[in-house]
Amino acid sequence: MFENLSEKLNRAFKNLRGQGKITEENIGEALREIRLALLEADVNVKVVKDLIDHIREKALGTEVMTALTPAEQIVKIVRDELIALLGKDTAKFKFASQPPTIVLMAGLQGSGKTTTSGKLANWLKKGGHRPMLVSVDVYRPAARDQLKVVADAIKAPIYAGNLEQPNTENVLRLAKEARKEAVISGCDILIVDTAGRLHIDDQLMDEMQGLKALLNPQEIMFVADAMTGQDAVKSADEFHKKLSLTGVVLTKMDGDARGGAALSIRHVTGQPIKFIGIGEKYDAIEPFHPDRIVSRILGMGDILSLIEKAEATVDKKKAEEFTKKAFAGDGFSLEDFRDQLRQVKKMGSFQSILGMLPRIGPFANMQKMADKVDEKQINRVEAIINSMTAYERDHHEAINGSRRKRIARGSGTSVQEVNNLLRQYAQMRKMFKDMGKASFARKLAGMKMPGM
Amino acid sequence: MKDSKARADSTSVTNSGQNFMIQTLFGSTEEQPKKQGIFERMKQAVSRTRENLSERIEEVVSLNAEIDRNTLDDLEATLIGADLGTKTTEQLLAALREKADRKQIGNIAELKRLLKEEVRNVLLRANVQPVQAVDGEPEVIMVVGVNGTGKTTTIGKLANVFRADGKHVLLCAADTFRAAAIEQLEVWGDRTGTEVIKTKAGGDPAAVLFDALQAAKARSLDYVIVDTAGRLHTKSSLMTELEKMRRTAQRIITGAPHETLLVVDATTGQNGLQQAKLFTESAGVTGIVLTKLDGTAKGGIVVAISNELGLPVRYVGVGEKAGDLLPFDAGAFVDSLFE
Repeated sequence: MFENLSEKLNRAFKNLRGQGKITEENIGEALREIRLALLEADVNVKVVKDLIDHIREKALGTEVMTALTPAEQIVKIVRDELIALLGKDTAKFKFASQPPTIVLMAGLQGSGKTTTSGKLANWLKKGGHRPMLVSVDVYRPAARDQLKVVADAIKAPIYAGNLEQPNTENVLRLAKEARKEAVISGCDILIVDTAGRLHIDDQLMDEMQGLKALLNPQEIMFVADAMTGQDAVKSADEFHKKLSLTGVVLTKMDGDARGGAALSIRHVTGQPIKFIGIGEKYDAIEPFHPDRIVSRILGMGDILSLIEKAEATVDKKKAEEFTKKAFAGDGFSLEDFRDQLRQVKKMGSFQSILGMLPRIGPFANMQKMADKVDEKQINRVEAIINSMTAYERDHHEAINGSRRKRIARGSGTSVQEVNNLLRQYAQMRKMFKDMGKASFARKLAGMKMPGM
Repeated sequence: MKDSKARADSTSVTNSGQNFMIQTLFGSTEEQPKKQGIFERMKQAVSRTRENLSERIEEVVSLNAEIDRNTLDDLEATLIGADLGTKTTEQLLAALREKADRKQIGNIAELKRLLKEEVRNVLLRANVQPVQAVDGEPEVIMVVGVNGTGKTTTIGKLANVFRADGKHVLLCAADTFRAAAIEQLEVWGDRTGTEVIKTKAGGDPAAVLFDALQAAKARSLDYVIVDTAGRLHTKSSLMTELEKMRRTAQRIITGAPHETLLVVDATTGQNGLQQAKLFTESAGVTGIVLTKLDGTAKGGIVVAISNELGLPVRYVGVGEKAGDLLPFDAGAFVDSLFE
């Protein structure tokens, strides 16, 4: 659906080849493409305008380097600019010096506050904390039941309390009681789920301010839907003005929304996006990494530059041979696999390579893998293969127990690691052979690299 | 076609839209209607949107005294800012751009009038129709959408609309996945005096649908409204589940589901188009319900959806109360947007 921004830029820059500098004239079309890409990703128009001004300023007068195409150079400037806007590092969760830490969840209707409350509690539990949940959403039918079900599912305590009338008085009473209960039962965190409300609903925004005054929370999280469009700035701005938010949770990031709202929200609130929601299960939450969403907002990751980079470094002939072997005939040997590993190493950091793939669609799993892959692990895998004889590399099925022991000793690893590698190698080999027949992308989604 | 006041009848939509436009253009003194009905309320609901957008259009246009290409480029950004999306915006502006190039558009007012007309036409051209229910059989309305758009609330309001019309309605709680979704629908059942057919949490949605449709058929009810679990359109297994539900419905009642409503949150950006595309593929969407229009969000994505997929907007949600669901009035929507 979306054309890769790099492609568009390359087109826009066709005329720039042979010119030494980026100038006001030759950058015009490129900036227009960037502007459209950002708008398609739902970044707010005003934010886009600011960004484009910055980018123009930075790009003008930049020497066109020989190593990068002008398009790549602009993409780099854009990416740096967006990452700078989002903040470079993952934001930390704030704890109270004197427990309980209180987390107030705020947001529009349907943004995912209740589910996120549960996920957050689950995440904190895994971190060794004892979170307690309370719902003060006395308005939406069955909202409090919903949080109860969530709490039961993750085995976190919940303060239910009694509710007679759905009004602000009872909201505040429930919150107060819950805090007391948290202290009594030794819970160090209290997560307060609130009713979804419109930022222009004065009465309910007053209630929110009342809750803030009463609880003095360490974290006031704005829960926002990743699919939000241009209106994101208005709601986030109002919530921030009235509550002084401390962080943002961007939900439903497991869909295919580009998530430009992240930039808008960050721009108007100045508050970091702390978490993203990536599924319906209670462990589907993770800390936010600015660089990832930037690739996503800009389009397809940067497949094109990945290809260019790969073409520059990878021995084309060898790669073709490998593909032929892997997809047909006898499959690839451990020797071939080692060659591939070396190529990958030559291209640069594994993470940065995978980082260039889009984060949605068939590549989603590859991205998850990138987080787990340790550069050192590649070296270990290589060491294991190095410790094999040439015969063993061609005949993996011949590697019996005593050979495995020897290989493990030789590579300074364990028999388990050798077993692991061999098992996964066999799987991958088979998978590649199957791929010769089946759709490539579908398989890629479930692919695992040996030893990782 | 089944007689129901609630469904936005395309003729009346056209008429009220035209009337309103005539009033706006020429000023009406004696025939100014004092309707505090649906139309006024919808106007109120989108007034914030309107103020904002028209302010920005004024701003854009007044900055450029003479209409030229730049004016239109700026206008393009303004429409995109209303969530209409780049493609639809581009199409809307293409004709205007040509005319402006030939200096055929003299002033700002004319430019706005033409643009308004274009958007209105896009919405009115969208004419996917629901399947007609066989006489004596219940009409089945399936409500689908991504998580958190307001499906269950919309169903409560829809039940209210039909009940007010004296119809017999059954609600089917086929969202067995989300925590307490069934309880939420039951509260709406109580509020509107409508029976809810349910199963236990985690049950098979197709099974509860089967039960509900059997019951409705046996009792010759007028409507069955089916609540489904919110799902991201990218989760193919969950989308397949919707296909299965459709097949189940089809087996029990001819032509069911007759209407499949996609609930779209007015705050939704460009992803709304993907939602509409994929839900239409799996669930056979026949119309849109645009919810949360009482906020500051413009809901312009529905223009893109109507434009690209031909899906009409049937209702708009303007609040949390049972009565806060109004038939969509394309004329009013656009007039309000561009006034």
